[in-house]
Amino acid sequence: MARIDLEKLAHSYMARPAGPADYALRRMDHVWEDGGAYALLGPSGCGKTTLLNIISGLVRPSEGRVLFDGEDVTDLPPEHRNIAQVFQFPVIYDTMTVRENLAFPLRNRGVPAARIRERTTEIAEMLDLSDSLDAKAAGLGADAKQKLSMGRGLVREDVAAVLFDEPLTVIDPHLKWQLRRKLKEIHEQLRLTLVYVTHDQTEALTFADKVVVLYEGRVVQLGTPQELFERPEHTFVGYFIGSPGMNFLDCRLEGGRALVDGHAIELPADVVECAGAQTGALRIGIRPEFLRFAGEGERGVPARVLEVEDLGNYQIATVEMGEGRRLSLKLDEDTAAPSEGAELVFPPEWTKLYADEQLVG
Amino acid sequence: MHRPVNQRAWLMVLPVVLVVSFSAIIPLMTVVNYSFQDFFRGQAIWVGTEWYVDILTDPELQAAFGRQLLFSGLVLLIEIPLGVGIALCMPKRGVASSAALVALALPLLVPWRVVGTIWQVFGRGGIGLLGVALNALGIDYNYTGDPLDAWLTVMAMEVWHWTSLAVLLAYAGLQSIPDAFYQAARIDGASRWAIFRYIELPKLKGVLMIAVLLRFMDSFKIYAEPFTLTGGGPGSSTTFLSQQLNTIAIMQSDLGPGGAYSIIYFLIILLFSYVFYQAITNIGKDNK
Repeated sequence: MARIDLEKLAHSYMARPAGPADYALRRMDHVWEDGGAYALLGPSGCGKTTLLNIISGLVRPSEGRVLFDGEDVTDLPPEHRNIAQVFQFPVIYDTMTVRENLAFPLRNRGVPAARIRERTTEIAEMLDLSDSLDAKAAGLGADAKQKLSMGRGLVREDVAAVLFDEPLTVIDPHLKWQLRRKLKEIHEQLRLTLVYVTHDQTEALTFADKVVVLYEGRVVQLGTPQELFERPEHTFVGYFIGSPGMNFLDCRLEGGRALVDGHAIELPADVVECAGAQTGALRIGIRPEFLRFAGEGERGVPARVLEVEDLGNYQIATVEMGEGRRLSLKLDEDTAAPSEGAELVFPPEWTKLYADEQLVG
Repeated sequence: MHRPVNQRAWLMVLPVVLVVSFSAIIPLMTVVNYSFQDFFRGQAIWVGTEWYVDILTDPELQAAFGRQLLFSGLVLLIEIPLGVGIALCMPKRGVASSAALVALALPLLVPWRVVGTIWQVFGRGGIGLLGVALNALGIDYNYTGDPLDAWLTVMAMEVWHWTSLAVLLAYAGLQSIPDAFYQAARIDGASRWAIFRYIELPKLKGVLMIAVLLRFMDSFKIYAEPFTLTGGGPGSSTTFLSQQLNTIAIMQSDLGPGGAYSIIYFLIILLFSYVFYQAITNIGKDNK
């Protein structure tokens, strides 16, 4: 178990990167705490697997350093870094039994046989593989194989970190949920530093203590699931996290309020203060969960309800404001959307202002 | 239940039946027919299984069969491990890998007769590079006179000509192993040997079975190369089954024994191929 420091880390797959666009990972400085569960979240091609491979040592970063507990491991190959990694597709040793598979990383490191036996039994129990310990690994089903791969990652007690590269891609949806919970349980039991790569926000938010959101090779936010939801620091986070994502409206500032198509929208005073210096393109953002219809005697921004989708225990209303500005709004399952003369209320505490895609305030 | 009967389907199969009849079944039946008769001054006399008994009990033919088994066994023992070894050493990608593939494929393109001629000249004591070099080193090497030298030369020629096939198959098999397996093995702290033993070899099992099957069938039928090189000699030390069949059926025009010989030869190859085929199709089923 270890703390992971990324110091001025950047990576390009090109020999001589000319501009920021040539970098698969832009420069970043982060400290990941010992025993934390971190998720690297982002769309395909955002650099999350590159970052994971840099931590595991499969890729050497073109700039910066990687430290495990203060020790520089940038130049060490994976086998000398004391990490474990679980890949997207199950990697198992076909000719070995389940127990031999689990024992393999330990045996290669000269762990005493009695301890190996103890440890493999323990891990197999955690992952519900006890019944098939003596079966040939090649005969397992896809999900059991992946559990076995995970087991091989978790079996060593001295690892600095266990890295997961989208490990649940091949798993059936109903088992996904189960395995994710299992992993969380194991994390609480063993307190290993876990780094988990995924493009699935549910997976990231339920698994991790801290989520690292990557977008075009940049870390756009590192925060708890709650922070990502309540205070997205970048429009991408707002848009990527949540279903549906955050609503964004181009605006300008006037007299301490945001103006959208001539309608004034209140913002918190401190935000307005910070925004004074901003020169970039301004947008306001609000989550569908916080946007609401005006009640009796309340004033809001006029809008038309285009469509209401019933999703079981809640509804999503699509509303139009002005010309072609569409917003989503989340309603309780038994609240009816007003059919005519709807007005939208933007609660100031949940209305965020973005300048050049970055959160203001 | 009513099942539609459509006899016209037979028409669709007819062309294949005709082609196969003329290309395989009728010629084969002719050979079967020969093998039960004696042809003497234009007369055919039914002799039953006499030729079969003759062939199976002829010590010379038994010796040739023994040599053939030894030859094919050695071919498999040398070419398969050597092929895997070379494939493991080959560059995985880039220009170098293409160059290596082309260089390796070259011997496969050379016709059998030409291979025999090349090695015949190559090994000659007086003029060939190999023969002259070995003799200059003080080694008494003469493949036309010494049976062991003849065998070594035939084996070297065979290995030179066909190992590439095993290399290409093994190389293709290795290329299809995802990188994640190697990365996982590195992280698990596996040694190079362990990677070979637990990842590469199990993943190569399928292609290696095919390589074994192809090399076995081909080497069991070998004819032109040793015949060109040594003519089957010295004595009959490098006379294999095909050459012997050729002597009986074509040179001596003994159609009866030749027919019986062909059938036995064919059945042996069929039997071995069947065993290999069963092994291949059952591969991996044992652990399901």
